Amino acid sequence: VSRGPGSERAAPVDTAVHQETPEGVELTFTPAGPVPRALAWSIDLAVRGVAYVVAAIVGQMLGGLGTGVGLIAAFLFEWFYPVVFEVRSGRTPGKRALGLRVIEQDGAPVTLGASLLRNLVRFVDFMPAGYLFGLISCVASTRFQRLGDLAAGTLVVYTERVSVRALPEVSPRPPLVALTLDEQRAIVAFAERAAGWSQERRAELAAHTGACTRGSDDERATELAGYARWIAGDR
Amino acid sequence: VNERHFRGAAQADGKALERDLALLKDGGEVDALAFAARYRRLCQRLSVSQKRRYGADLVLWLNAIAQRGHVQLYRRASRHVLHDVVAMLAVSFPRALRKAYRSQLAALVLFLAPALFAFVTIRLSPSLVDHFLAPEEVASMEAMYDPASEHFLRERASGDDISMFGFYIYNNIGIAFRTFATGLLLGVGAAFSLAYNGIVLGSAAAHLVNVGSAGTFFPFVIGHGALELTAIVMSGGTGLALGFAVLAPGGTSRAEAIGRTARASLPILYGMTAMLLGAAFLEAFWSSRHSLGSATRYAVGAVLWALVLGFVLLGGRRRAA
Repeated sequence: VSRGPGSERAAPVDTAVHQETPEGVELTFTPAGPVPRALAWSIDLAVRGVAYVVAAIVGQMLGGLGTGVGLIAAFLFEWFYPVVFEVRSGRTPGKRALGLRVIEQDGAPVTLGASLLRNLVRFVDFMPAGYLFGLISCVASTRFQRLGDLAAGTLVVYTERVSVRALPEVSPRPPLVALTLDEQRAIVAFAERAAGWSQERRAELAAHTGACTRGSDDERATELAGYARWIAGDR
Repeated sequence: VNERHFRGAAQADGKALERDLALLKDGGEVDALAFAARYRRLCQRLSVSQKRRYGADLVLWLNAIAQRGHVQLYRRASRHVLHDVVAMLAVSFPRALRKAYRSQLAALVLFLAPALFAFVTIRLSPSLVDHFLAPEEVASMEAMYDPASEHFLRERASGDDISMFGFYIYNNIGIAFRTFATGLLLGVGAAFSLAYNGIVLGSAAAHLVNVGSAGTFFPFVIGHGALELTAIVMSGGTGLALGFAVLAPGGTSRAEAIGRTARASLPILYGMTAMLLGAAFLEAFWSSRHSLGSATRYAVGAVLWALVLGFVLLGGRRRAA
């Protein structure tokens, strides 16, 4: 496909999926890659294993009825275990443990039909062994979709668990030089995240600010935090 | 409004919407208009903080709440699908079959042609059965349908009936699901499944006629066969349609063609599953009732075939789209 000069797009720097809602706002979803999904699957496998054992014990107690009931239970576990959980809450116990959930491509909750499709096609994703086809499809698609996700039009995304971090408690001070919007944003981001870093890391990053700040690297870091408060409106 | 004021106001709005969401999650009630207003307000906050780039944390946090609000507001009525099961099976299912007539007819040919080929070949030269079926299969088949066999003299215990019911569900519906899914492999999986089932059916029928067991075999298969054999062809048809979407996606991307075809196949998948449940029930509890005599089972079988074919061709036509 040839693109006109106006339609050239920069290569994406991350895997985020942007979905514009009718309210005119752009929601961002972060699709989950093969590794967390494989881990979630392993947890579900263990849960299903326990369920199989329980069903087998119950089947034994039922005697003659047991074989039939056991086979029906095995059929339901094999095909509908993920469907039941996904339709209810968008996630199986494994996905819940890993902080993942299934959504429609447009961000809406997954429907019964879509969940059924992605779990029927799972059989092909598993082929020829160990989810090889699913893995290839996952890494070849831009949104980590296995074949089942393509057929169903679904995504597996991270359930965001974030909180807003407060800026550090330092006295606000105006920056020494006029800063562009990008520079201001970088300084606020630095201050927001600074509490999670070691003293050395803060100093190391602050050392790059050159003529914007003065003093030792530690002093530069404190000064940047002050700028951040000033930029944020503490004047 | 400076950034600090905006942050405070945006966080208050976010928390208000979070309270609504938590309440809804616990099954509580929230005034719908107020919820929508709060959600729009939050979207506006998110939009402004994205545009002015007010802190990655704030944007992520607002984004996460907006996601949950979006999910809540645009929840589709998937939980009510079960209420519409009758409409789905009675109207959407036969319509979807007729709409996908190309893949469905292709599946019919891929099933019937090998079946007829095997049947005619083995009828003409009975010894060729060993080329179509494994010797153990032939032996167990002969034993199962031997009219002199003692299991035709007494009724099967009801526990066995339920075991067989479970087995037919586990085995047959599983095969139908796999046939659909393996259609993605350029249709090869579905085509193989159709041809394989056709050959087994054709050669079994021919061989049992050859050894004189027709009188026990046909009354057994005619009833549930009306549902089961047609459902096998339908599952093959959905698989072939998927394979065709991969091979020739037309004007869309392959991913989109696959998605579109799969969604269009959904009513067929639901209907096919219902038919196989019915077939499993018949096969376990009806077809093996040899005490009913052949005539009764032939008559019921013929009625079932007429109903199924009539449904496929004429079902769901009255309610205009």
